[in-house]
Amino acid sequence: MTGLRQVFAVTLLNLRTIPQRLGSSAVAVLGIAGVVVVLVAVLSIAEGFFAAMHSAGSPTRALIMRSGSDSEMTSGLGGPETDIIKQAPGIARDGQRAVASAELFVIIDLPKKSTGTSANVPLRGIEPAALQVRDEVKIVEGRPLQFGTNEVVVGRAASRLFSGLDVGSEVRSGQNIWKVVGIFEAGGSVAETEIWCDAHTLQGAYRRGNSFQSVLVKMPSSQSFDEMKNWLTSNPQLSVAVRREEEYYAAQSRALTTVIRTIGFAIAGLMGIGAIFGAILTMYTAVATRAREIATLRALGFNSVAVVISVLTESLGLAAIGGVLGGLAAYAAFNGYQTSTINFQTFSQVAFAFRVTPSLLLLGLAYALVMGLVGGLMPAIRAARLPISSALREL
Amino acid sequence: MKFLPLIWKNIWRRKVRTIFTLLSIFVAFLLFGILMTIRAAFSLGVELAGVDRLIVIHKVSLIQPLPVSYQGRLSTVPGVDLATHASWFGGIYQDPKNFFAQMAVEPEPYLKIYKEFRVPPDQMKAWLADRQGAIVGRELAKRFGWKVGDRIPIQGTIFRPKSGAGDTWLFNVSGIYDGDPGTDLTNFFFRYDYLDENRRRCDGCVGWYIVKIADPSQSASLAHKFDDMFANSDYETKTTTEKGFIDSFAKQIGDIGTIMMAILAAVLFTILLIVGNTMAQSVRERTSELAVLKTLGFSNGAIVMLVLVESMFIALLGGGLGLGLAWLFVQGGDPTHGMLPAFVLPNRDLVAGVAVMVMMGLLAGTLPAVAAMRLRITDALRRQG
Repeated sequence: MTGLRQVFAVTLLNLRTIPQRLGSSAVAVLGIAGVVVVLVAVLSIAEGFFAAMHSAGSPTRALIMRSGSDSEMTSGLGGPETDIIKQAPGIARDGQRAVASAELFVIIDLPKKSTGTSANVPLRGIEPAALQVRDEVKIVEGRPLQFGTNEVVVGRAASRLFSGLDVGSEVRSGQNIWKVVGIFEAGGSVAETEIWCDAHTLQGAYRRGNSFQSVLVKMPSSQSFDEMKNWLTSNPQLSVAVRREEEYYAAQSRALTTVIRTIGFAIAGLMGIGAIFGAILTMYTAVATRAREIATLRALGFNSVAVVISVLTESLGLAAIGGVLGGLAAYAAFNGYQTSTINFQTFSQVAFAFRVTPSLLLLGLAYALVMGLVGGLMPAIRAARLPISSALREL
Repeated sequence: MKFLPLIWKNIWRRKVRTIFTLLSIFVAFLLFGILMTIRAAFSLGVELAGVDRLIVIHKVSLIQPLPVSYQGRLSTVPGVDLATHASWFGGIYQDPKNFFAQMAVEPEPYLKIYKEFRVPPDQMKAWLADRQGAIVGRELAKRFGWKVGDRIPIQGTIFRPKSGAGDTWLFNVSGIYDGDPGTDLTNFFFRYDYLDENRRRCDGCVGWYIVKIADPSQSASLAHKFDDMFANSDYETKTTTEKGFIDSFAKQIGDIGTIMMAILAAVLFTILLIVGNTMAQSVRERTSELAVLKTLGFSNGAIVMLVLVESMFIALLGGGLGLGLAWLFVQGGDPTHGMLPAFVLPNRDLVAGVAVMVMMGLLAGTLPAVAAMRLRITDALRRQG
């Protein structure tokens, strides 16, 4: 057990002398903390966007669009087609009526509150069953829209982001006037960036005749999907693509989250190199200022493994402090930060909040420890290899 | 000048440390260059937008079509040089992942307005002769290995062809266009007449109009004039300058610029901290040597200069190499293949980078230099080590 005692003694000696080297230790800690802040902050953007898109999908819902279209934006279905779709087996039923909503998806220009510049806001035409299909949606202010009128309900995020979307106000878009009667919440998902109106009113306003773009259906359970899909895709009257809602939204978020994650890891990777240099410099200094002490210990019979471990422990300890500080700073500064971006698949705005998740914090800490380990290794070996006689002679 | 060898010796007295310092600065400025490029890319080349071009879109939103008949009416307004239109096609080549912009345009007027897209004359002739012809950007051609004469199938998502199997449209590559650095070389332009004659719906509709005006100072009044002209019609319009149009679109992507600047500030601050600390320490180690120099009659100013030149050298060498590599990397073109349309490192940012290097060298050198200057010879000489 002498080995362990030795390690313990040298490490303690090292740690006790940290206050004498506060400046350079603080630099190493701050350097590592800086890298962790950037890594966690950038990844929290991707995390937040993914969460907003992902929570929009439910395992018991499916989205039916024209085959060949990859988003609601480019899809098109005739009224008669949507009637056939609603007859498919595997769709939940309320009495005789299918729990399904044929919908239109267009965008309108509205000014963004923060910049005053116009933004593409999604306007969705829904059928009365839509609220039954999306059972997570709650009206939190005002009342539901009256079908057959020009009334609209607005998502919580949309009303916060864009001008003139409060209950009671009117939205002028071209020659159409929409009356806002309610605000809804949908669990923080992408739907909260949308404005909903009656699909038939929208058909008239946009001269769409009797056509829709998608049908959103509710299934009694997620197992009904295959039965419904087989029926729909083998029906010669239809040419449609059937997707689980989850898969649809996951595919929509893939491009952007991949870009953000790549940027995040690349920047943090490069910065990490800089921080590792910082740690190396700090530890070299630590070793250099203690060259005589270390040599004395070795002369007394402490072995070099104990010396290596002590230096590594110090550097890992500093890194851990940096990792925790960085994580906390990122959490304080960015968690819940509200923003919006454009989703190029539907060409419309998506509001989301940065999310600093526990797994991101752990990732940041792990990265900090890697930096500490790599940064401490070379100085540790140098300390262990120090020739005792010359080190002792040094003044 | 005669002290240069002394400075040189000082710089390399601890080789490993100097190399690490240089590498840290190198990394910081490599990042600086790349982040500035990304920032410029996300602002979608606003700087490159023409001031003499107006964009006319449907008032409700960009995705609503306008009638082709507006072209004649726009052309006759005094002060208008040329009016043409473009339509978004939004097709898929092989896989949705292979995204690139396809636009139906009128070949001659479009390229007359967008002079930055340069097509060799013989290829232009071929395009005018072939209804299914298309011209593609150099980057795009490189991405998919297309050559002039290739036949490209693209699956329509918005527009479906009247004849033929399914949704597939066929195009021939008539030419490949080039442009100055920063020009978007990832577009696919094909002929509007081909689209209009063969699509099932939307006869005579176009996406948006581009109007070249004679006098940029008239842009606001002309924009008003256009919108008044079409007011109370079935297709009301909204006219903006191209710069305003791109700018507001870039703003839709969000605060990318702000986020990039915040990250950059964190990076530079961190590196400055590390480098400054190292330099300060290297001067501290040399306290007795500096005292000897003073004894020999070096003035305070000369000592400060010695230290500052050293820190400036390290900052400029490391930073210059980093920024230079970033520049070289950017010359290699967009690594994401079309996710970032404008991939250039603006000159303005290069200058800013050099300014940051100088500042970094000054900041890192000043404190230890002043400390060295204040040194009293007797104290310093008595101090050991």
